[in-house]
Amino acid sequence: MTSDTRPLSLNVPEPGCRPGNTPDFSGFEIPRAGAVPRPPVDVDPDAIRDMAFSIVRVLNKDGEAVGDWAGALSTEELHEGLRHMLLLRTFDARMLNAQRQGKTSFYMQHLGEEAVSCAFSRALEPGDMNFPTYRQAGLLIASGYPMVTMMNQIYSNAEDPLHGRQLPIMYSSKEHGFFTISGNLGTQFVQSVGWAMASAISGDTRIAAGWIGDGSTAENDFHAAMVFASTYTAPVVLNIVNNQWAISTFQGIARGGVGTFAARGHGFGIASVRVDGNDYLAVHAVAKWACERARRGHGPTLIEHVTYRAGGHSTSDDPSAYRSRREAAAWPLGDPVERLKKHLIAIGEWSEERHAQAEAEVLDTVRTAQKEAEAIGTLSAGKVPSPRDMFEGVYETMPPHLIRQRQEAGF
Amino acid sequence: MARMTMIEAIREAHDAAMAADERVVVFGEDVGFFGGVFRCTAGLQEKYGKSRCFDAPINESGIVGTAIGMAAYGLKPVIEIQFADYVYPAYDQIVSEAARLRHRSNADFTCPLVIRMPTGGGIFGGQTHSQSPEALFTHVSGLKVVMPSNPRDAKGLLLASIADPDPVIFFEPKRLYNGPFDGHHDQPVESWKSHPLGEVPDGDDIVPLGKAAIRREGAEVTVLAYGTMVFVAEAAAEETGVDAEVIDLRSLMPLDLEAIVGSVQKTGRCVIVHEATRTSGFGAELMALVQEHCFYHLEAPVIRVTGWDTPYPHAQEWEYFPGPGRVGEALKKVMED
Repeated sequence: MTSDTRPLSLNVPEPGCRPGNTPDFSGFEIPRAGAVPRPPVDVDPDAIRDMAFSIVRVLNKDGEAVGDWAGALSTEELHEGLRHMLLLRTFDARMLNAQRQGKTSFYMQHLGEEAVSCAFSRALEPGDMNFPTYRQAGLLIASGYPMVTMMNQIYSNAEDPLHGRQLPIMYSSKEHGFFTISGNLGTQFVQSVGWAMASAISGDTRIAAGWIGDGSTAENDFHAAMVFASTYTAPVVLNIVNNQWAISTFQGIARGGVGTFAARGHGFGIASVRVDGNDYLAVHAVAKWACERARRGHGPTLIEHVTYRAGGHSTSDDPSAYRSRREAAAWPLGDPVERLKKHLIAIGEWSEERHAQAEAEVLDTVRTAQKEAEAIGTLSAGKVPSPRDMFEGVYETMPPHLIRQRQEAGF
Repeated sequence: MARMTMIEAIREAHDAAMAADERVVVFGEDVGFFGGVFRCTAGLQEKYGKSRCFDAPINESGIVGTAIGMAAYGLKPVIEIQFADYVYPAYDQIVSEAARLRHRSNADFTCPLVIRMPTGGGIFGGQTHSQSPEALFTHVSGLKVVMPSNPRDAKGLLLASIADPDPVIFFEPKRLYNGPFDGHHDQPVESWKSHPLGEVPDGDDIVPLGKAAIRREGAEVTVLAYGTMVFVAEAAAEETGVDAEVIDLRSLMPLDLEAIVGSVQKTGRCVIVHEATRTSGFGAELMALVQEHCFYHLEAPVIRVTGWDTPYPHAQEWEYFPGPGRVGEALKKVMED
């Protein structure tokens, strides 16, 4: 050791705000709505490098839609979008409560992130395939997947399409472009690239959308997905939902805050964009742009949806143990439902009265679905899947050893 | 019918499958233009184009992960991991995804996928070019595991694996690529071209998964083997004069339990041989099955001859590799018990 060498020390990033502290997002740079121009879909990724460091926003603080990215949705579509987000939020609240009542073992809500999956879904076409994580149920709700079926899955009852094999919320629906959810993080990101490669190999026109959270970008499969997507110019939209938190771990532990998550696309030559994840119009506009890019053969796009996980990580998590209770309220991009509501009111297409009525209707819809699902059964009562079924579907044809084990188990 | 090496047979299987079904795509590291480091995919890119056979980045998890996405789309990927020793980065994708896709989605999505990988030692491959990790896959519900020992089976089993609706781990003993090997490393190597098992039918004749083959009929002891150990066991039987029945399992999952039980109940004795390390190796499963199904027929304890519970060494190749000497000792011992 030379005389001027001091002992090294390990850098462990810390969030700005722990329980008891006052949230401070003053260092979080938010460009004004409409500031980022909309490039053509065949743009060279190198020409839009700045977009990975800015944020595409459409709705301004007065609820007006401004800039190049505005105007992609009709009033009817906006009404529908608001309804989808309300449905998802209400569904979440009811299922959270059902878990507390012991009707199911587990649930994960989307509070504050409703715009991301609900708005993205609208940019896809039938036949496209999402490779979601456990926090994009808006893709199902916005594509018209029956809410009762979602609840049947959560309750693991006799009508659960997955026959009680899967943990609650790990939905699967090929028909609705929703790939089977896995508990293993990041795995589906690279699978989405493979699905997109298959579409290209087959001369198809369908595209894939991969999904990953900020924390899981640290998984090796994030890197694998990026290199394969770029190498083969796969028709895929790679979505990072940056909700600032991975359970108790703030995004800095996945090395967020150094550059941006979107900027990671630059090293791979992937068009990379950051979007206001709480702005329904912006998420939809960017999704539509990226999907068109992919569908026209211009290659992959990486989208970082900047949002905030307002709820606990799951029903097994208490966020007040690691972050301030006031942080969600202080989040500078606000609430996606409130912002779309404000926009609809600003353009004269909505009112507080209509909103209250819509909330009541949505609650009624969700309650009705819940009654229907619970009439079939819940984890603790009613009709359950056959134990015989756990031996099915391991292989297409049950091999002899599984037949023997099923008999041994008495089914 | 033509005489060919195992490499040529594997190449032929790819060719036949790709010609028959345009959903079959082949990729992996160095698999495309170059035709593979062992030549198993030579000429395929030229014949079928770059969208059917192509080179992949050096990322095993990416290779398997993208293949799973392709299989879910409806293609039939046949992918290569350059050495079985390098499959570990893809283990998550294989175990958590490929194996579980059908079950967890209630067949909403399936994974008709073949993962080929050269395996086994006896080539001075050292620690990372000699491993036999089959037990890491037979333990995983939802996977099929196959290992041919000769060109005829290599082609037929690979075609069956490609046709199979479930993910198949296809191990290729690289020591057997060019010719049979009985462990006598000091003797000249024979080519498959002069061996009867080098006779490979034209076209797309399959060898069914889940069916073992009796390589040497015998009355005194049953030897359960697969891959290179089939030839080692045959040599040991000839050299010791023990009338062993050598069974080449071919498929480890599904396993031909009927063939095993039938033979052990006939002979009353059993020796299990594999290159892989002993503890929790596939031999332990075989031993348990023989004990469960043949207990009252057994005249002696079942013996395992395996690789030692050490990483695969370089200089000590022939002290590690379970050769005909060690297998022969086991045959004599099981007859004395």
